[in-house]
Amino acid sequence: MTAYAELSTREAYGRVLVELGEQYKDIVVLDADLSRSTMTSYFGDKFPERFFQCGLEEQNMMSIAGGFAASGKIPFASTFAVFAACRCFDQVRVCIAQPKLNVKVVATHGGITVGEDGASHHAIEDLALYCSLPGFNVVVPADGIETAEAVKAAAAITGPFYIRLGRPKFPAVNTDGYRFNLGKAVTLRDGKDATIIACGIMVSKALEAAKALASQGMDCRVLNMHTLKPLDESAIIAAATQTGAIVVAEEHLLHGGLGSRVAQVVTREKPVPMDFIGIKDVYTKSGKPDELLQKNGLTAEAIEQAVKTVIIKK
Amino acid sequence: MTEPGTGVKFDLSIPELEKMARQLRRHVITMIATAGSGHPGGSLSAADIVTALYFKFMRHDPKNPQWPDRDRFVLSKGHAAPILYAALAESGYFPVEELSTLRKLDSRLQGHTDRTLTPGVEMSAGSLGQGLSYGIGIALAGKLDKRDYRIYVLLGDGECDEGQVWEAAMFAPHHRMDNITAIVDHNDLQLDGRVCDIMGLEPLADKWRAFNWHVLEINGHDMGKILKALKKAREMKGKPTVIIAHTVKGKGVSFMEGNVDFHGKAPSPQETEIALKELA
Repeated sequence: MTAYAELSTREAYGRVLVELGEQYKDIVVLDADLSRSTMTSYFGDKFPERFFQCGLEEQNMMSIAGGFAASGKIPFASTFAVFAACRCFDQVRVCIAQPKLNVKVVATHGGITVGEDGASHHAIEDLALYCSLPGFNVVVPADGIETAEAVKAAAAITGPFYIRLGRPKFPAVNTDGYRFNLGKAVTLRDGKDATIIACGIMVSKALEAAKALASQGMDCRVLNMHTLKPLDESAIIAAATQTGAIVVAEEHLLHGGLGSRVAQVVTREKPVPMDFIGIKDVYTKSGKPDELLQKNGLTAEAIEQAVKTVIIKK
Repeated sequence: MTEPGTGVKFDLSIPELEKMARQLRRHVITMIATAGSGHPGGSLSAADIVTALYFKFMRHDPKNPQWPDRDRFVLSKGHAAPILYAALAESGYFPVEELSTLRKLDSRLQGHTDRTLTPGVEMSAGSLGQGLSYGIGIALAGKLDKRDYRIYVLLGDGECDEGQVWEAAMFAPHHRMDNITAIVDHNDLQLDGRVCDIMGLEPLADKWRAFNWHVLEINGHDMGKILKALKKAREMKGKPTVIIAHTVKGKGVSFMEGNVDFHGKAPSPQETEIALKELA
């Protein structure tokens, strides 16, 4: 059995795709000359007849994926998140989202932890774009275990998915035996003073922050909101009602992603003080992943400060 | 072509096909006039090609639009939806009377094709340049499933400005795909004017040849030539065929022929009357 806890999200994706390929004969995989980075090459090595190398034709790839799905196949289309979202957004919109086709876009190298490659390769708009598409399911797993489970769920559930993975290894926040439920947040830690809602790499930082706050007498709930769409509104409303303050953390622009979506629910159902950890309205630069997280304020310390701020406003 | 067991036979003779094409053109005029908007020019230029496919060449069953072994027609130039709707209605996918609902609220016949609504429509289109790629997906699925259906993708000539067309053009021969045929409705006009003035395409046939396609050039209004080209495309093994069909935009209606104004404009009631008389 694969030890997914030890794996980066993209490595977990590559491995689980091979497992799923055995189980689902209708799965086909498409990649755009990045299969050794997205790890779809494992599937390609195992099932060459069901692996389609599209070259650097991301637009072509997404429309081909639509045609496959229209013919009863379960296509997984992979490339880097910047290209999956920005390069071929119209193809995803017209050939996948509008006809509600069963295509799974699994993008790696999400966010700024891509690192040294710089702004062109930092996917900071992808969640906003995919969340804007009616009917799309949008998932950001927090670690290798959750990635494997989310990809299995995407294969089993009919409908378009965007799953955003990272380049580096994320610290494990889940344990073996974890079960992924689409659209259902995971309470990783309960608390009554405030709630931290996070996705992806920021989940482990939210837990770190909660630990630090606990030692100072503040008791925080931590929700792993792995599914941005459909959003677990009841978990958000419960958090607002029961803890009275919310901080949202994500490796994405402050607008259009998890924070915006959570805020929409909170303002409508149960307004409470909120703060947001994310990338300001700027394009980020080259650097090591940790340096970039630090420079852009995506740290446990920043979450901790934000929680203190919202608690005071209660 | 007749498919045993389906009970449906589309095997019209050339004179019957020509008559059917006129009938479809009349539907196009009436539909667009009733809707008050739409794209008559590119629907009329494609009428003979679409007629040849639906009433002679393709294997399909209107009673079973999801039949896995059906040949697929992918309308990449989604604005020509009226000619496709006319062909689908006359083949029996839905009642001919429904054509009058084109572009109206709650209609199954959207301004540009929507596969979730209209029986027989394979692709939701409208943003140009994507149909060949989409058809490739269907064609690859067919090969995987060892089904012998064929895919026909109709593109506009203006549409060939889109870069994605050439991504797909590179892909299909690389994969030696011989179950897909592209047809370019080369009517020489696009929305803003003459193709040669807006964005030069020539030498179009050489471009496709350079991408390793089997290229055929025909008069896209000559039913015999259309059928011959489709047959040659089907017989070609190991590479895809593109049929460059030289057509006249607005074909069949004198004041629409070669008139760029009728790319996306409905005829007035008086023009409609004249057009229908000419197509009688």
